Amino acid sequence: MDIKNVAMAGTLESSDVQVTVEPGDNGIELTLTSSVMNQYGRQIKATILETLERLGVSSARVTVVDKGALECTLKARVECAVFRSCGQSAENIPWGGVIR
Amino acid sequence: MKNAVGRDIPDELLVKGREVYQGKNYMDGKYIQKAAPKTRRCENPAESKIVESITDALKLCGARDGMTFSFHHHLRNGDFVVNQVMAAAIEEMGLRDITIAATSLGEAHDPVAGYIEEGWVTGIQTSGIRGKIGEVVSAGKLKTPAIVRSHGGRPRAIEGGEVHIDIAFVAAPTSDCVGNCRGIGGKSNCGSLGYAMTDAKYADHVVVVTDCLVDFPNMPASIEAIDVDAVVVVESIGNPKKIASAAARISQNPRDLMMAENVAKVIASTPYFKDGFSFQTGVGGPSLAANLFLERYMDERGIKMGWSIGGICGPMVELLKKGKVGKIIDVQDFDLDAVNSINQTPNHFEMSASQYANPANKGAFVNKLDFVVLAALEIDTGFNVNVLTGSDGVLRGAPGGHPDTAAGSKCCIIVTPLIRGRMATVCENVVTVTTPGDCVDVLVTDYGIAVNPLRPDLIRCLDEAGIPHVTIESLKDKAYSLVGTPDDLQWEDKVVAILEARDGTILDVVRKIKPYDPYQD
Repeated sequence: MDIKNVAMAGTLESSDVQVTVEPGDNGIELTLTSSVMNQYGRQIKATILETLERLGVSSARVTVVDKGALECTLKARVECAVFRSCGQSAENIPWGGVIR
Repeated sequence: MKNAVGRDIPDELLVKGREVYQGKNYMDGKYIQKAAPKTRRCENPAESKIVESITDALKLCGARDGMTFSFHHHLRNGDFVVNQVMAAAIEEMGLRDITIAATSLGEAHDPVAGYIEEGWVTGIQTSGIRGKIGEVVSAGKLKTPAIVRSHGGRPRAIEGGEVHIDIAFVAAPTSDCVGNCRGIGGKSNCGSLGYAMTDAKYADHVVVVTDCLVDFPNMPASIEAIDVDAVVVVESIGNPKKIASAAARISQNPRDLMMAENVAKVIASTPYFKDGFSFQTGVGGPSLAANLFLERYMDERGIKMGWSIGGICGPMVELLKKGKVGKIIDVQDFDLDAVNSINQTPNHFEMSASQYANPANKGAFVNKLDFVVLAALEIDTGFNVNVLTGSDGVLRGAPGGHPDTAAGSKCCIIVTPLIRGRMATVCENVVTVTTPGDCVDVLVTDYGIAVNPLRPDLIRCLDEAGIPHVTIESLKDKAYSLVGTPDDLQWEDKVVAILEARDGTILDVVRKIKPYDPYQD
């Protein structure tokens, strides 16, 4: 899946995470900040990269500002940002496919 | 060397007779040699001790490099006095190598963080450390490890000479011209001055800083003129809005109320819940709300509370006025209802921190407590509680009276939500042990109640009352199933803070945190 436009999902509320994706041509360039970095930073990073891989995103600039979101929230925000960036968030969302 | 709560204490800290924590009441029966201050004689009948400025007071007291200054935190987040004194000492007099011995330090004292980074302040001893001071100490910027003591441990250390105070500063809502101080009657009232009392008796010099000079004699005085060297009148000692909240409101949050109701149920199931029982609670949401439900059980059984101690707030004063509690003995006030009641409402008394919680004296109030209800940042499967460090390893809390009341009371109840955001409150190992598990009896969370296996008697009480309870391990598993199992924090070797148990042994240390860098791996 190719990142075509800048797109964003999520908020900066406590227990949420804000994910921004932008087109890039240098693999995944991740910028990550988190209020729970020392305890969950490794897991958050792994989850973001896994989710992008599952969605077939191989090149993008990804900015994640995490406010202590649970794993399920994080996945959902990444998925939503990616689908918005390729204009697929309005219809034909592949529920149960690449979206888990 | 590993201590009784399994924490590894570096051998280089175990000098000058310092020991590691050995368990509850280890020091019982041992002797303490009390220290005596060297104080200046004020024989010449002088009209007044008022000096022009804090700098003049410092000079009068012979302030010099390397001294220890003490402060108390009754003005809480509204306090101006610590910053005023430190600015005078450092910016006007250029004093170096200063140790601050405070009863608590918080966001109000953020400027001190700068003095730490610049190396003017080289020692911190406190019962609470928050805000920027916590951050810079955690980052290893303080020259010596901070020493953190409970509210009872602090007067023990002062009386035993482990902390020698060169100059104690009293932030006084009112004072007369010779230094009789009270916490009421002025424009920045805080009520009790209990935490300052031991300091005033054991410091070589005492300086009163007030913003409301009253006629002599200011009686009954909390801090007595016989101990005071100088009085400084300043424009303002604090921001009244941040000193005492309007009124501590009882939470309407249904989760808090559910937990509070369970706390009251647990209390009512024990044999200690009888006419004349004693009680202390914090002012956090569910702890404070426990008052409400407890009152219902008291009415139902037709019993009254004998006495209550601690930091006091409106709902407890309300019970006193209704005749449902016999006496309140008060070391600190949290809201205006409490401030306006102390020494005014009959049977609402003031006490010193030593009288409240010192484990080395012969009659601290905490030793007579039946119940205490406390909060926690974290509690682990050994019932050890952390109220000092955040889950990220940064200093941002206060042991306060937590370890003292937990150790002294017959039934210590911790009430806390299972998770806060992504933080598991119930966890495998707390970051820092501030209250050892052998002092904690019951845990009440929004996902269930757990009783310390060390208390089979309480387990029976809950069973007989039909109160369901689970193991603390199952609560931890539940928490981790929701938020994920956190990675272990990574630390450097450097010790940034030493956490003393209330008896003076070393309970834990806080090391410099190695932050996780997502771009390095």
